[in-house]
Amino acid sequence: MDNHWLARATTIRLLWILFIAILASTVLLDTLVVHHSHFGIDGTFGFGAWFGFASCAALVLFAKFLGAVLKRPDHYYDR
Amino acid sequence: MIADIVIPPGLLLILGGLVLPLLPLHLRQATLLVLPLLVLAAIWTIPDGIALRASFLGQTLVLVQGDALSRLFATVFAVMGFGGGLFALNQTRITELAAALCYTGGAIGVVFAGDLITVFAFWELMALASTLIVCCGGPAARGAGLRYGVIHLFGGVLLMAGIAGEVATTGSTTFGPMVLDSPARWLMLAGFLINAGAPPLAAWLPDAYPESSWSGMVFLSAFTTKTAVYVLMRGFPGAEVLVPIGLLMVFYGIVYAILENDIRRILAYSIVNQVGFMVAGIGIGTEMALNGVAAHAFAHIIYKALLLMSAGSVLFMTGKRNCTDVGGLFRSMPITTVCGIVGALSISAFPLTSGFISKSMISEGAAGAHLPLVWYLLAAASAGVFLHAGIKFPWFVFFQKDSGLRPPDPPWNMRAAMIFFSALCLGLGVMPGPLYALLPFPVAYVPYTANHVIFQLQLLLFSGLAFFLMLGWLQRTLTITLDVDWFWRGRYVRSLGLGADRAWGAIERQGERLGRIVVRLVRRHHGIEGVLARTWPTGSMAFWTAVMLAAYLIISYV
Repeated sequence: MDNHWLARATTIRLLWILFIAILASTVLLDTLVVHHSHFGIDGTFGFGAWFGFASCAALVLFAKFLGAVLKRPDHYYDR
Repeated sequence: MIADIVIPPGLLLILGGLVLPLLPLHLRQATLLVLPLLVLAAIWTIPDGIALRASFLGQTLVLVQGDALSRLFATVFAVMGFGGGLFALNQTRITELAAALCYTGGAIGVVFAGDLITVFAFWELMALASTLIVCCGGPAARGAGLRYGVIHLFGGVLLMAGIAGEVATTGSTTFGPMVLDSPARWLMLAGFLINAGAPPLAAWLPDAYPESSWSGMVFLSAFTTKTAVYVLMRGFPGAEVLVPIGLLMVFYGIVYAILENDIRRILAYSIVNQVGFMVAGIGIGTEMALNGVAAHAFAHIIYKALLLMSAGSVLFMTGKRNCTDVGGLFRSMPITTVCGIVGALSISAFPLTSGFISKSMISEGAAGAHLPLVWYLLAAASAGVFLHAGIKFPWFVFFQKDSGLRPPDPPWNMRAAMIFFSALCLGLGVMPGPLYALLPFPVAYVPYTANHVIFQLQLLLFSGLAFFLMLGWLQRTLTITLDVDWFWRGRYVRSLGLGADRAWGAIERQGERLGRIVVRLVRRHHGIEGVLARTWPTGSMAFWTAVMLAAYLIISYV
């Protein structure tokens, strides 16, 4: 297949390193700003980070469970 | 402007739509582009207050009534009409284009309607025009179009019943904020919610929209659900029941979109999800939340149309509609890829995009109204939006594996429409001022604070991390996920239909037998040889007359 620079393994590894660096820096930035929390928990350190990750994990798991029950073949209604 | 020369701007588009099929190609393309712009200009000449009245069946109709909220929605509808027209310029199904103009006109008609009867008239026109657009998707779309039409006519019946009840109880057809204190108003709310894509009937949206043509869904995504948001905002601001309904829509959209394989059906579920944010905001009902809803509707129409233009371009160039069939398209469709990513970042409310400056106002509304649970759920949902639309859509369509497909970018008009809408998404995100100036209430909100930007970046980027870590579980398969439309599409319905067919056959056969018996009886007595049809000699008649007279004589003497 083609060898587009974006599809190379080296580029992908570089992108991961860059991504993790950005993730870390957004969390570290939390130490620099003063939090105006609305309700308490949302003022905890790195709230956006852990809450976003946990929400997505929960949603994917729930979707996985729902899919196990409700998934049907593509042409289910056509037959 | 003098009241008696106001032309309803929606009517202009509807007339344009009716004339469109009669025009030659170049004039038709010019109409598609110029008419929405003319209408946009007309929208901005409409003054505040009642501008045009008419009388109908003893009721006074307020055909045009302007205020900030009406103008905001009408403006984005007209911009959408222009952008959609530009994108659809090379669509050969003229019926679809004509219907799209009427559909746009109907939506603008609703937002300027000052009374419930006018709302209803334009509402139903939209239902007809949009059904036609779905049906223009080809032979396979007819079934979905029929189901779509039936649901919307049912919604129309609920709305009409509600309006009739409202007129009977209050004697007024004025369309303004209402308190949910009568069955009639609940019926109206139900009619509105069906169009908003609220449960339990939400399945009409992901069922029908993806069956429309590559350009049809761009129009469909904009008007029906957002007109519903408008009427809910106008009629039921602060109705608490809307908060749980909105939250349900938000999570329903995310979970089903995660499971979906059809590219445009992912985006259809995401419409329900985004409208859920707006419905919840209307339920919160504070000035901040309502401003957020109006701003979000404005931003949403543009970025959702952009996403569907990007998906429509892929469908147009490759003929493929499933994630499992595409991938790696970034190599040969760079403009479509970049525009799709701009749309995806906007829907995820990434800083510097239009979603960031609008959606956060709804969350801020929840915080201001001291609704912690609602706030946390909306934040979780924002993360979920990035997961199901922000990353999933561009990743599976443009990156993922190399499908070997190398289609070029679509024709110039489609590219221009995507670039125009991308510029709007970024422009609104960088400079929210002009949009904030159009909102119904004065805005004292600053979206770009260090706190807010960092929170949003953490939320979204860590959602992205979750996506790539759980990619194995998110790989698409050739499957669909059952939804409530199973109740009217499932196989048992067909067997019910067969059963009904058989029962009807039996009834018919019994009826035929009964008919034959009756005919035989009639023939026996009245037929050629029948007792009652025989000819009698004159003598016997004279004899029987004599007997009768004799009997009469005897009786009179007794």
